[in-house]
Amino acid sequence: MTKVNITLNGQAVQVESGKTVLEAAQAVGIDIPTFCHDPELSKAGACRMCVVEVAGARNLPASCTTPVTEGMVIETESDRVINARKSILKLTWAGHPQDCLTCEKTGSCKLQDYSYRYDVDGSPYKGEVKEIPLDDTNPFFFRDLNKCILCGKCVRKCHEVNGAGAIDFMYRGFGTKVTTAFDDAIEESSCVFCGMCVDICPVGALTPKQGLNQGRAWEADKVLTTCPYCGSGCTFYLHVRDDKIVGVTPNFEGPMDGHLCVKGRFGWDFVDSPDRLKTPLIKKDGEFVEATWEEAMDLIASKFEGVRAQFGADAIAGLSSARTTNEENYLFQKLLRSMGTNNVDHCARL
Amino acid sequence: MAGLATAFGSGAMTNTIGEIEDAKAILVIGSNTTENHPVIGYRIKRAVKKGAKLIVADPRYIELCDYADSYLQLKPGTNIALLNALAHVIIKEGLADEAFIKDRTENFAALKATVEKYTPEYAAEITGVPAEEIVKAARLYAEAEVASIFYTMGITQHTTGTNNVLAVANLAMLTGNMGKPSGGVNPLRGQNNVQGACDMGALPNVFTGYQKVTDDAARAKFAKAWGVELAGKDGLTVTDMLDAAGSKDVRAMYIMGENPYLSDPDSTHVQQCMGSLDFLVVQDMFMTETAEFADVVLPAVSWAEKEGTFVNTERRVQKVNPALKPRGNAKADWQILTQLATKLGFDWEYDCAEDIFKEIAALTPSYAGVTYDRLGVMGIHWPCPDEVHPGTPILHVDKFSRGLGHFSAVEHQDPAEVPDEQYPFILTTGRILYHYHTGTMTRRSEGLKQIHNEELMELNPLDAQALGVEECDTVKVSSRRGSVKSRLKVTDRVPPGVVFMTFHFKETAANILTNSESCPTAKIPELKVCAVNVEKA
Ligand code: SF4
Ligand code: SF4
Ligand code: SF4
Ligand code: FES
Repeated sequence: MTKVNITLNGQAVQVESGKTVLEAAQAVGIDIPTFCHDPELSKAGACRMCVVEVAGARNLPASCTTPVTEGMVIETESDRVINARKSILKLTWAGHPQDCLTCEKTGSCKLQDYSYRYDVDGSPYKGEVKEIPLDDTNPFFFRDLNKCILCGKCVRKCHEVNGAGAIDFMYRGFGTKVTTAFDDAIEESSCVFCGMCVDICPVGALTPKQGLNQGRAWEADKVLTTCPYCGSGCTFYLHVRDDKIVGVTPNFEGPMDGHLCVKGRFGWDFVDSPDRLKTPLIKKDGEFVEATWEEAMDLIASKFEGVRAQFGADAIAGLSSARTTNEENYLFQKLLRSMGTNNVDHCARL
Repeated sequence: MAGLATAFGSGAMTNTIGEIEDAKAILVIGSNTTENHPVIGYRIKRAVKKGAKLIVADPRYIELCDYADSYLQLKPGTNIALLNALAHVIIKEGLADEAFIKDRTENFAALKATVEKYTPEYAAEITGVPAEEIVKAARLYAEAEVASIFYTMGITQHTTGTNNVLAVANLAMLTGNMGKPSGGVNPLRGQNNVQGACDMGALPNVFTGYQKVTDDAARAKFAKAWGVELAGKDGLTVTDMLDAAGSKDVRAMYIMGENPYLSDPDSTHVQQCMGSLDFLVVQDMFMTETAEFADVVLPAVSWAEKEGTFVNTERRVQKVNPALKPRGNAKADWQILTQLATKLGFDWEYDCAEDIFKEIAALTPSYAGVTYDRLGVMGIHWPCPDEVHPGTPILHVDKFSRGLGHFSAVEHQDPAEVPDEQYPFILTTGRILYHYHTGTMTRRSEGLKQIHNEELMELNPLDAQALGVEECDTVKVSSRRGSVKSRLKVTDRVPPGVVFMTFHFKETAANILTNSESCPTAKIPELKVCAVNVEKA
């Protein structure tokens, strides 16, 4: 791989040729704002939020689409760059509802964050605010297209990563929106509710229904874990507040690049289903009655010991589980084998 | 599993999910990937966009068929005829990798002799797939620079399950697609920790890491580490266990986190067997259909309330971390097991899941180098023999785990039950995107429930017309073992004569119908084929 030498904000840097200015900057920890860029999607170069100043160039190129070249001298936060970004933000605000107070995205919204960063408090332009009805028909997420900034990431995610191709740009000019084939509600489309569009939407246009009004992004603890459903083993962060799961975000750095399906993304709420078993139960005269752990354990131990004494260890058998952890499967077979039988299996054959 | 172990010496997925996109050809057989392993389905679709040729073999027209260069719509239970015919064409047309066969494999002559009679025309008669399509698929697969195979229960849940797997393995060895990136033979595991449960020895014949219980050295090692005496004969498999309960040879059972009443074939029989037990303990999060039969039910915490590790289908060990406090008096399965072991007089001391993991690593060569600290955000692929080893994404690179790859000559054999006058349809079972297994978790999820909450049995429009039924009508489906009622989805996803049901819904428990007849080697029951009758309810 050949390397090129560039200067980034005064710092001399060596970069693999073929990388973009944005990638070069990210590699050395320089944060360039982006709306429409996503590392695994095709490059759109649409929002121009990522512009930088390159010595000798007349215009400000978009860093997400501009490859590095030998000797390039780049400023990522020059006055010209900052002014350009401010104008983009102001233009965006001209058509964007200002309801950050109640918007679920507050705290993890790129429009809000960049407005703060560049001190933009709205728009001097009087734009027309859209009045597209909120789509809340599907069980998993809201679509409030009035907040959409048309970055197109959801469209590309859906086509390029999922393959469902449920949504696309429709109409032109002011009426442009990202929607389903006949502008129908999303569950009439080929959408499979993977939620991957929701998780890369930079603003509050796509919002999960779970966790609504249950806390701001920064108030939740994020715990990395592995999906309890299929064997693909996607990993994600559970958002936890006050001992409740309030949401999920993908592990973009993980082996699956943050890809998920509907079960992992939205299917975790069984955890607090009201019919969770919360105490041991012992059947007496055909009815289950609540028992203490001590009582339950004594009974099981004495029954297993009794069966073993009377009929031998092989009269005991156990089914372990493809859904519990390695540690638990290990202990399960250890327990059965320690009792003297190899009658241990699980239902993976099924 | 047994099949791949015979052919290669290891039963696990040979390659990784990340490699899929760079395959030049992909054969998906008996796997509805986009619904059962969605993120792997995304990768397969992306591979196609990058130019890979896709071959799909499935009785149902699954979503991936839309992307396929070749679709082989075989009759349920005819995999071997199809796979042998593919091998036949590959050999006949000189597309086999002679060098690989010579250097890395054995028993090729037997395979060659057996597939000789599986001409595309002969296979077409058995499978219903046109001969030209078989030839085309064989060329697509064998001519690619590197090709991978993916399969799931559509291959294994047959009375010929092990032979099906062997026939799959033959194809990959025949074309030298083993031990290289984006190739291999890749069984996709249906549940989050099937791979881990197997690795951990939750099987009747092996300890952790597939160390055989019949092996004296292995037994001595575990006996010493555990301070107990160990039995040296293989135990009973799940199907045999239930039969043994029925015959009173097994008297007491301990079931942790499984719901065999709904997941196992022939529910009526399962129920009778469990009913004959003297004592049954079920440990679960919910009062499952199986737990109802128990004498003692122990409340287990959910995955979000405990620590541990899962192993995904590509042998990647990954961390599970506690996000919530245990609900009520529920406990983690490992805590319950430890408490019970202590009651039974065993000397177990574990304060946390990591203590257990360390013991596993110490006793299991393929896990020896794995520690919690090393798992990070990426996890580690076993085998990982020591603490500086990076893990092994691709198996069988320079040699097979067993030394030489072993070709097996296998013959087509009819399913245990074939349609007849009384039961003219073939029922095949599986899962859908929005639900999982017996629905214990997904049917308690509000969103998933809202999207899909009942069985919609798939029936071909021609059959619907003949029976005088329409979409959403309720039909009665009967087999030799019982009958259920289900609503209908009329769709040409299924060919005439075949119906499809899931086993997610207890109201319409498909396993009341299914056949417990199993593969003699792997003991996996034939859930993919049984004969049923369908009539208007
Ligand atoms: S949820 Fe997934 S399938 Fe549906 S529109 Fe979003 S990206 Fe596409
Ligand atoms: S909905 Fe969100 S991700 Fe999609 S185009 Fe609009 S702002 Fe971008
Ligand atoms: S998120 Fe979906 S694809 Fe990923 S492991 Fe969970 S169930 Fe499987
Ligand atoms: S992020 Fe570069 S143009 Fe949008």
